[in-house]
Amino acid sequence: MLCDICGKRPATVHLTEIINGKVKEVHLCEECARKKSEQLQVQFNIADFLYDFVNASSLEAEKQEKEICPNCGLSYLGFKKQGKFGCSRCYDVFKPKILPLLQKIHGSIQHRGKYPSVKEYRHLSLRQKIENLKEYLARAIKLEEYEEAARLRDQIRELEKKIQKDKGNV
Amino acid sequence: MFEELLQGVGEWLKGRGPDSDIVISTRIRIARNLDIFPFPNRISTSEADKLFRNLQEAAGKSKTLKQLKFFRMEDIEPLDREFLVERHLISQEHALWPKNKAVMLSEDEIISIMVNEEDHLRIQVIKSGFDFVTGYRLASKVEDEIARKVKFAFHSDIGFLTACPTNVGTGLRVSAMVHLPALIITKRVNKILEFVSKLSFAARGFLGEGTQAIGNFFQISNQVTLGLGEEEIIDNLSSVIRQLRRQEIEARRYMMTKFRYSLEDRIWRALGILKTARIISSQETLQHLSLLRLGMDLGIIKGLSKELLNNIYISIQPAHLQKLQERKLSHAERDIIRGNLLREKLGGISV
Repeated sequence: MLCDICGKRPATVHLTEIINGKVKEVHLCEECARKKSEQLQVQFNIADFLYDFVNASSLEAEKQEKEICPNCGLSYLGFKKQGKFGCSRCYDVFKPKILPLLQKIHGSIQHRGKYPSVKEYRHLSLRQKIENLKEYLARAIKLEEYEEAARLRDQIRELEKKIQKDKGNV
Repeated sequence: MFEELLQGVGEWLKGRGPDSDIVISTRIRIARNLDIFPFPNRISTSEADKLFRNLQEAAGKSKTLKQLKFFRMEDIEPLDREFLVERHLISQEHALWPKNKAVMLSEDEIISIMVNEEDHLRIQVIKSGFDFVTGYRLASKVEDEIARKVKFAFHSDIGFLTACPTNVGTGLRVSAMVHLPALIITKRVNKILEFVSKLSFAARGFLGEGTQAIGNFFQISNQVTLGLGEEEIIDNLSSVIRQLRRQEIEARRYMMTKFRYSLEDRIWRALGILKTARIISSQETLQHLSLLRLGMDLGIIKGLSKELLNNIYISIQPAHLQKLQERKLSHAERDIIRGNLLREKLGGISV
């Protein structure tokens, strides 16, 4: 979605304005949002209000913003400035804040792709593959693609055998 | 450096593979990070050195990776770095800021691994034409071979961890370079691309992130990397690309029946300019080359081979031009030499 004002940059700030009882949605890029908030500040000093509102400034939140990753030294505030984490540990340290963020970006917080190709994850990886195949199978049946469905069913059986075999080896 | 590559066009312009009339090339990119090591934006030189050593050690023991050549970006001249960007082997970022960065390249230019770009590893496989399946199989194999030697940053709930949260999960970005001249001429492209972005796919320009759509090329890629399996991501993008290709073919058919004469006029004029220009920028060249490509696809222009066309595409780019001349050229000089090169290569085509 492009910015409503400049029409060039992607809109990242989404505001709902209520003027004379009419609700209007405004989508702005960061630069135009900043300009608009400056305008608002002159008029009603409402920008501060908005800022606080968006940033939900409870003490707890402030404390979290300043929390630092012990492995790389990045704070959450630092992440917000650069949009990049400092190391893999950041994901544990800032987890409560990261999960809603991931939900917003990807619409999910559950990995369904491949696992690292090491023993440790073999079982989970096989389970995941079976889950995905089962979903394809359901879809194939719904679309009445029976040949495809039979192929998928065989694949699932094959993987289930592998899991059984692994169990036997333990 | 890289003189051996200079004579070939690189994988992305080979013009082979399925549907390569419109789907010029497909690319698979897998982002991975090593556990504990700070991500590239916070890594120190000594840590980067250690990471390079670990990787080279891992590569030495692996069948596919053993064949890749390892280069530190700082050991590559700026012009050669730009040359790699033009061959779609590294990103512009990687060329501009070489510190603590490296690249591993396969001889056939299909596999390239950027080390310490935004993530520790950006495993990239490019295939000519519409071929995600072979590409993904190879990229995934490379990833597996590395995973057995180093510990990746991975979380069983949210998947592979990346510097930017937009890549978390599979770390997979798949993209296709599509040539859509008819959709642009018939002014349908904006509507279609708007639709593409509503389905949460991104459309970008010629050289990827942040670049303009030059020469009627678009790069379409997935945005969502978490919550879907790799196959699903590839299937979803494939159906978008198939749809785009159908729309482009439809627009070409429409023009051929309704505006054949004015379309032919445009195409022949483009060839006329390329055959006669004395000063020409790469952007203008790409614009005319796009029409030439369209003219060939539609059987309007004959006597020009795809190989020659693709060879022109790659060699008119700034770094290629300078390497062919074996010297640095100013902007103005390049535009003149580009004109010479075009007249020489297209001289034999009769109008």
